[in-house]
Amino acid sequence: MYRYDEFDQTLVDERVAQFRDQVQRRLAGDLTEEQFRPLRLMNGLYLQLHAYMLRVAVPYGVLSSRQMRKLAHIARRYDKGYGHFTTRQNIQYNWPKLNEVPDLLAELAEVEMHAIQTSGNCIRNVTADQFAGVAGDEIEDPRIWAEVIRQWSTLHPEFSFLPRKFKIAVTGAPHDRAAIKTHDIGIAIVRDAAGEVGFEIFVGGGQGRTPVVAKCIRGFLPKRHLLSYLEAILRVYNQLGQRNNIYKARIKILVNQVGIEPFREMVEEEWQHIKDSTLDLPAEEVERIEAYFAPPAYEDLDDGDPEFAAKRRTDRTFDRWLRTSLHAHKAPGYAIVTISLKPEGGIPGDASAEQMEAVADLADRYSFGELRVTHEQNLVLADVRQRDLYALWQALQAHGLATPNVGLLSDIIACPGLDYCNLANARSIPIAQQISTRFADLDRLHDIGRITLNISGCINACGHHHVGNIGILGVDKKGTEFYQVTLGGSADENTSIGDIVGPAFDEHRVVDAVETIVNTYLEIRKNGEDFITTYRRVGLAPFKETLYATH
Amino acid sequence: MPLIKDGKIVQDPWTEAAAGGPLPEVDALLVPYEVWKEERETLMKRNGRLGVQLAADQPPQLIAGDLDRLDLVALEFPTFRDGRAYSYARLLRERYGYKKELRAVGNVLRDQFLFMHRCGIDAYAVADEKAASDWTRALKEISVVYQPATDRRRPIPALRHRPPAGRNRPPASASDDIVSSWAY
Amino acid sequence: MTLQAITANRLTDGQVVYLRQDDRWSERIRDAIVADSDDLAKTLLELAKRAVAQRLIVDPYLFAVSVEDSQIIPLGRREQIRAAGPSVRTDLGYQAAAE
Repeated sequence: MYRYDEFDQTLVDERVAQFRDQVQRRLAGDLTEEQFRPLRLMNGLYLQLHAYMLRVAVPYGVLSSRQMRKLAHIARRYDKGYGHFTTRQNIQYNWPKLNEVPDLLAELAEVEMHAIQTSGNCIRNVTADQFAGVAGDEIEDPRIWAEVIRQWSTLHPEFSFLPRKFKIAVTGAPHDRAAIKTHDIGIAIVRDAAGEVGFEIFVGGGQGRTPVVAKCIRGFLPKRHLLSYLEAILRVYNQLGQRNNIYKARIKILVNQVGIEPFREMVEEEWQHIKDSTLDLPAEEVERIEAYFAPPAYEDLDDGDPEFAAKRRTDRTFDRWLRTSLHAHKAPGYAIVTISLKPEGGIPGDASAEQMEAVADLADRYSFGELRVTHEQNLVLADVRQRDLYALWQALQAHGLATPNVGLLSDIIACPGLDYCNLANARSIPIAQQISTRFADLDRLHDIGRITLNISGCINACGHHHVGNIGILGVDKKGTEFYQVTLGGSADENTSIGDIVGPAFDEHRVVDAVETIVNTYLEIRKNGEDFITTYRRVGLAPFKETLYATH
Repeated sequence: MPLIKDGKIVQDPWTEAAAGGPLPEVDALLVPYEVWKEERETLMKRNGRLGVQLAADQPPQLIAGDLDRLDLVALEFPTFRDGRAYSYARLLRERYGYKKELRAVGNVLRDQFLFMHRCGIDAYAVADEKAASDWTRALKEISVVYQPATDRRRPIPALRHRPPAGRNRPPASASDDIVSSWAY
Repeated sequence: MTLQAITANRLTDGQVVYLRQDDRWSERIRDAIVADSDDLAKTLLELAKRAVAQRLIVDPYLFAVSVEDSQIIPLGRREQIRAAGPSVRTDLGYQAAAE
């Protein structure tokens, strides 16, 4: 993974000192809250329902074991012993104190971490595929380019006061595990007809009040032009994005308003002036960054370790965990492991300090000291030898981290909701917990098969409910929490926005509604179709009928 | 309002003309864009220096053709959140080749100085004189930058791979040449 | 007329606080002064704004309450959760301290 050199380190150290000074000026009264708010937001510090909330950046979801240990320490020393992994691969702490945050950030800087630009109207954490570098279908490692974009976008003098937040995602494989088409800019690594590797650029995706699937602005962009092209897009957006209505200020609104063709023309026109300029990284710099993402020293192994295969046959529980947690690794004899942070009835994405330390140790023992955070709020150990899988699984079990539900119905993605968030209209976590408990039976869970369920506590859609196969949106109806259900969303390369099924359900009936939806699917499915395939075949009608027929 | 240039408070020789009023007889006259648009011919015939102030929704293309006639362009930052003028500043400098005074007016706070400077702004209308010492400090708070901008400060990728002649290692920071890093 | 109280966050540590009778701020909702008129509510908001200027608190706002058995109960779900703590972590927040 990427390691800071003296320049990267200098920047985060100076940033900590700058923020320490800003906090002091705030506490001394030299800055009002209006003046301070944008400054603290640009360091990821929100004011929430119970306390401040700090969002720490995990660049494209990659963490070293050392960093994970530091996150555990931070949870203990500055917070209440836990953290929350988010739908943008970051981690959030819910109880930091303003006057301790500079020290907290200083500790993060010791392990090459920060909270820069995790909030505010600037370019946010660039996210990428959690299987980067190890998936068989990968064309090129997206983390290289995520790191290039991270550096270019950090403290960018022109783009730190955009009309609204700006989110970029990169996928390195045709199967999009980074949900790029739900982002303001989505980047897919592709090959052109001649086999040259470059980027397909999408623009104007987003969720929130107006979910939109991103549109292709450029079918093929040679690698060397990446930063100048992004700069052109941002410059057009910075000038033309809405400034007087925060609900209409994202780039998706601008692209919809002017149309993708005129928007492309504006971007290309700007780009003509700045391509082939000092923005282009020297080849040596790209190579330097690439080197950090070279594969680790894999052993020369055969695929299908016999001990592992035997254990799989004899231990049904182990086998069931493998069915959901295991993905094929491109190096023979290795495996990708997804660690579920969705225990039965638990809080999706939360991890205790002890669990963080446990996975850090397991990363050291079994996966070259590296972990990833997924946008589905789980963790990944990307380079595990097949022969180590059984021991790893046993260790995970000891820490409540071996729930065999990755990719299944109880692998719920949920925002913190009204339990934590100032913006929320309804609680999301209790709904997730109830659904998880209702569907605790593992045989049933596995029979239902691959399905995504996303819950957001308000229209801002931080739970990404629009692109869940089943989406749940919490709303406030005259002071009572209600839940609107959508069906048919999808966050992969066939991104689709879910359809609203009908009137909202109260907090008791929404869990029944999910059960009705699942049962309807099980009735209708053909030939082992997964949920989304069935939905796309039959549409909303059968589900509407079973959900509302008796009313 | 106090004016900062080159890290010091300086006298502001410019007089602002309000829209709709008579044009004062002064050497250095700053007019809002609306007035420039209305009275362009008259203004161009005057002796003395001319300046135009652009509001946040008035992009520099509007005056791009007249820049050789202007000694001052003022850019409004109506609120902290409105960042359009950062792009305007860069376009004025890098696209349209404007070389005279480029002034930030409005919501100009110390924590924006570094960004403004990097985008080519070289004068700041501030709320109080203390801001002058703030300015120099603010510009030194972050000594390394990742991306090229108007100020032509060498970004980190350049420092990494092309150290200055006569040294074995890239310098630890490029802060020494902040103020004089670009000569306009 | 709805009864109202004032809540805010303490500047230094973000702790949720409530305006008391004596113009100080308490972490316990039971100490909150309750306004039973628009005028009083306005006055309380002015006091809160002063506390903002004094750098004690941030983001004060009025919220509706009812008073039952001398217990002050927020009417809104949001303020109920704010007063008690996250409903999904009853080991945190005032709900925990109360036990």
